[in-house]
Amino acid sequence: MEMLDVFLAVGILITVSILMTMYRVFRGPTTLDRLMATSVIGTKVVVLLVVIGYLFERPIFIDIPLTYAMLNFVGTLIVAKYIERGELWKPYT
Amino acid sequence: MEALHVVSALLMFSGVFFMIAGALGIIRFPDFYTRLHAAGKCDTLGEVLIILGFMVYEGFSFLSVKLLFLSFFILLANPVGTHALIKAAYLTGVKMWKKEESR
Repeated sequence: MEMLDVFLAVGILITVSILMTMYRVFRGPTTLDRLMATSVIGTKVVVLLVVIGYLFERPIFIDIPLTYAMLNFVGTLIVAKYIERGELWKPYT
Repeated sequence: MEALHVVSALLMFSGVFFMIAGALGIIRFPDFYTRLHAAGKCDTLGEVLIILGFMVYEGFSFLSVKLLFLSFFILLANPVGTHALIKAAYLTGVKMWKKEESR
């Protein structure tokens, strides 16, 4: 069993877990369920991009998962703050 | 296969096991807070284990340092996002699950 087969199996299993999480995106009772499931899918996709970079023997593509992780984190924080307060920015009174 | 490749494959498969367990918890748990409990811990541990497996496979190089930065960022950012989500849910009044209710 070569190492590329291990990478392929790990990528396929990560994809299966992403598809299992998509159930909660489609059928979440509240909005926060869908937001949580999309955040989890984003952090799974970060690892999937690392696996794809090693699978295609271009591991220098690690910069793309780094950027994607930061964007996913900022997006989750901003949407959670918007749901909590009802607005994003309040001027001083 | 060398010995280090076996160690990295074992790390990666244990990480995949934790990720699939977290996805199963997200599907099966009855409440938003318990689902967030499953999502916050299992996914962080699984992703850090998989990236650790890649670091063992890579050896000591520049890419390994980048992977260390990525795993450190995930380990720092994922609980912060979970905390923000659970604070938003608690302040907007999402109901908690009692034992007698149905799912």
